[in-house]
Amino acid sequence: MEHAVAATPAWAVLAYLAAGVLFILALRGLSSPESSQAGNRNGMIGMALAVGTTLALHPTGLLLIIGAIAIGGGIGWVIAQRIQMTAMPELVAGFHSLVGMAAVLVGCAAYLNPGAFGITDATGAILAVSRVEMGLGVAIGAITFSGSIIAFLKLSGRMSGSPILLPGRHIINLGVLAGIIVLTGVFAFDAAAGMGQGPLMWIILGLSFVIGVTLIIPIGGADMPVVISMLNSYSGWAAAAMGFTLQNTAMIITGALVGSSGAILSYIMCKAMNRSFISVIAGGFGADSGGAGAAKGDGVQKPFKAGSADDAAFIMQNAETVIIVPGYGMAVSQAQHALREMGDLLRKEGVSVKYAIHPVAGRMPGHMNVLLAEANVPYDEVFELEDINSEFGQCDVAFVIGANDVTNPLAKTDKTSPIYGMPILDVEKAKTVLFIKRSMGGVGYAGVDNPVFYADNTMMLLADAKKMVENIVKALNGGGH
Amino acid sequence: MDFLSILSIFVLAVFVGYYVVWSVTPALHTPLMAVTNAISSVIIVGALIAAAAGAITDGGGLSQWLGLLGVVLASVNIFGGFAVTRRMLAMYKKKDKKPAASK
Repeated sequence: MEHAVAATPAWAVLAYLAAGVLFILALRGLSSPESSQAGNRNGMIGMALAVGTTLALHPTGLLLIIGAIAIGGGIGWVIAQRIQMTAMPELVAGFHSLVGMAAVLVGCAAYLNPGAFGITDATGAILAVSRVEMGLGVAIGAITFSGSIIAFLKLSGRMSGSPILLPGRHIINLGVLAGIIVLTGVFAFDAAAGMGQGPLMWIILGLSFVIGVTLIIPIGGADMPVVISMLNSYSGWAAAAMGFTLQNTAMIITGALVGSSGAILSYIMCKAMNRSFISVIAGGFGADSGGAGAAKGDGVQKPFKAGSADDAAFIMQNAETVIIVPGYGMAVSQAQHALREMGDLLRKEGVSVKYAIHPVAGRMPGHMNVLLAEANVPYDEVFELEDINSEFGQCDVAFVIGANDVTNPLAKTDKTSPIYGMPILDVEKAKTVLFIKRSMGGVGYAGVDNPVFYADNTMMLLADAKKMVENIVKALNGGGH
Repeated sequence: MDFLSILSIFVLAVFVGYYVVWSVTPALHTPLMAVTNAISSVIIVGALIAAAAGAITDGGGLSQWLGLLGVVLASVNIFGGFAVTRRMLAMYKKKDKKPAASK
């Protein structure tokens, strides 16, 4: 940094470091619900510190800047108050796209006005190492942006969740990726680019926007927990790359935290589906499932037992233990509140009620937990797969609502099944399985029939999840009209 | 700071992130994503520098506006991300506490 505008003063370096530490504490707080709110406050303080320090170092154009913060902050705050908890996955995807775009904008601004960022050498050219960081930051930011937009469209239902398979997509993606990497290398050594001229920066940017789209469109709806975690990770790496350009410790620490957080979540999600990260990214899973009816079967409808809300209410009233297994279908029909009411009524009758959550239930990590928390289900009644799975053998009723693949025992026995090896909730071991499903037609995301439907101890409750639960609540209330 | 000291901070922070995130309870994975999203908007620092510098240097016009737009986008995320995380975390309650009417 021989030609920096001015070396950052020591107090500012320390302030940025403190902001980084506060961000670490913000994540640390999430180790338990009790400490989580204090953690979130640490995060806010850290952010205020980082922004305040930057404004104190660069006290020009403040009017416009404060206006920009007020506009953005106002929009963000209103969205945060209004958003439905069931819409969390698309909200997070949408927010990721904003981080990506912000990274792109910062990279472009630094490219156009490198002097302001202190990344020029004595001749006024942008340092080669800064160009690499800038190229990477802009590329990752652009991929995060366009990829998150596609994820947002798929999650919010504005675009079909089924995979879109371009011919030769692997070749296209690998080619574009190689192009981005090679061009970033050229960008670092190109004299014109050093002076902020030439098209290289813009070509890298354009290619990155394209690959963000082509990477995400072949990935189907139920793989979204992995995608959204992966994009979370990318947004972190983009921030880190920009942190290198600006030599800012707060950005580097945060980028590294967020980058590893997203990567770990992706890993957890992949493991919970027994899929490799590569196979998820390659996409196409479940492409042929589109309502194919009783796929994989002989086409003949196998016999199953259907029941009514009154039957279900009766069975559960007379049970000692009920384990509720929620899935994406519960979120779709917004059944969480009715479900909690049902749980409360059963508990009044002396039934022990617990909730069992599969890591990939829903469309993002922890999706079901948030919905149950929203419906006032205490978090100490909600259990993760490994903590509760052994209890199905002793429980009277497993109540499955809107989940399918995560309860499919074929994952344990059928080596040819696409979900073979996936850890599942052993609902079939319960004395009775009550399975809410819209109809017998669809066979879950993976397109695999579930033997639990046809088991002797299973009663199918065929209806919209919310309607069915509400009817059960009515029956429990002594109505049963 | 030279490149190597920055790289050292980065590598150590990756390890800190690794251990801290593994200690996050799975029930809070959605708030984790929301809050990481909010803090990654610390990229606003870069946008602020561009917006501030553009106001004093000639020819910084476009870069100033890019910076300002970056400030708007990052602010949406910062306020939205922290606020929605707070809203979610406030919903996680323990047993026995009266299931008071949600606000």
